[in-house]
Amino acid sequence: MTMEFTSPPPPPAGATSTATTAGARAHARAQAGARAEAMRTVPAASATQLPDGVTAESVVWDETVAGGGYAHCVLSRGTEVRLTDLDGDACANLLLFDAHDPSERLNVADTVKVQWQAYLGPGTLLLSDRGRVLASVVDDTSGTHDALCGASTRMTNEARYGAGGAESASPSARDLFTLALAKHDLTPRDIAPSVSLFKGVRIDEHGSLQFLAGAGAGRSLTLRCEHPVLLVIANTAHPLDARTAFTVSPLRITAWAGQPTDPGDARWSATPEGERAFLNTADHLTARGDR
Amino acid sequence: MSPTVHDIPALAPWSLVVPAGVTFTIVDVHGNQAVDCLFYNADDTDERYSAPDTIVAQRNLFLTTGTVLRSNEARPMATITADTCGRHDTIGGACSKESNTLRYGHHTSHQHACVENFLIEGARWGLGKRDLVSNINWFMNVPVEADGTLGIVDGISAPGLLVEVRAEMDLLVLISNCPQINNPCNGFDPTPVRVVVGDPPGAPAAGSGA
Repeated sequence: MTMEFTSPPPPPAGATSTATTAGARAHARAQAGARAEAMRTVPAASATQLPDGVTAESVVWDETVAGGGYAHCVLSRGTEVRLTDLDGDACANLLLFDAHDPSERLNVADTVKVQWQAYLGPGTLLLSDRGRVLASVVDDTSGTHDALCGASTRMTNEARYGAGGAESASPSARDLFTLALAKHDLTPRDIAPSVSLFKGVRIDEHGSLQFLAGAGAGRSLTLRCEHPVLLVIANTAHPLDARTAFTVSPLRITAWAGQPTDPGDARWSATPEGERAFLNTADHLTARGDR
Repeated sequence: MSPTVHDIPALAPWSLVVPAGVTFTIVDVHGNQAVDCLFYNADDTDERYSAPDTIVAQRNLFLTTGTVLRSNEARPMATITADTCGRHDTIGGACSKESNTLRYGHHTSHQHACVENFLIEGARWGLGKRDLVSNINWFMNVPVEADGTLGIVDGISAPGLLVEVRAEMDLLVLISNCPQINNPCNGFDPTPVRVVVGDPPGAPAAGSGA
């Protein structure tokens, strides 16, 4: 990437001294227009470098999350969310909740059990604990994901990197989840097992875990929200990433308005279990008047 | 602590606080009976069993002798000290009325399920739905094939096989004696199980300094 980023302005001198309110205000306002590598695009419709076929006017959320950062957004049904591993070392630890009733949330055990499949990929449905589809994977150029290993903790990051707090250079996913959820009045009780995107795991015949380091820079995965959701992402190191230097690169998130999967889509009836999950979702949203 | 015997009827929930250092033994009395289980720190139930943290720490999916069962803060909650079954599952989660509709059809939506047991028993301790996460399935067999295909298949347990677990903190143990009748986890015939709390036969008494 060749973007230029500006630094905060130097301490002012003379008449613009921050010793006065006028000077402090002028100093603060002098930052207008500054850019950082990790920031949200506001307004979202001014985002550039969009996926093929996506118009700027349809973009509802565009943000780059630094390694060690987090992001969260409430998204309406039908929204498509593309996550891109810009430089090859992003790890998107993901949680999903019903936007209106967060007691309904992603259930990774039901997700793998109901679909008879431990590995995430194109067509995977991310299921709630109530037998419904929160989101589906509509595109995946990475193939290295994980639904089994969960998220790093402060203790494990302290052991590996020497620090794991949110203020440190190597924040744990659990600390970042705690912060993101607190913004929605949720607590650590609401942190259930998460999935990881762009860093993966495979299981051998004896049950041993093999870490997948990722598929490289520029790989992406696109989710479709099949339900109104609160989406939470912590971009921080996978718990099986054995490198002793905290190594996490930026994650790009771009979301645009779209349509949920409907009965005319082959994905709706790809499996009998998935079809019943889509039917449950449609009935639930119809009953509560949220279509 | 002299052992106490707790017989859990088929289909039923059960719970108890087991003090740190005390061993409890779960006996598959009739064979191939899945026992769904969650742990909570008895002093702060926000700290609870974490299947992912347990899996990551031992770099393996299966639970057996030597497995340290870890919390969502990655701390040891309990250790498996003996296991005559061979291995146990922790990725398959608990059956629920809701997931049963996906796996088998809507005709199963009024059958009893493990989540119902967890909720009704958990409510006695102030726990609710937000406190339920991926659990342990003692005596349940969930292989993962090379392409990622997984499933609950015929069990490898048998009458009288058991697993011994030592609490590493004061532990609220929440159990659902699985009522599932639509897959082989209970041999299609849910049966009672037994929990013996206290030192196993032949072990030195707790606090003996041995």
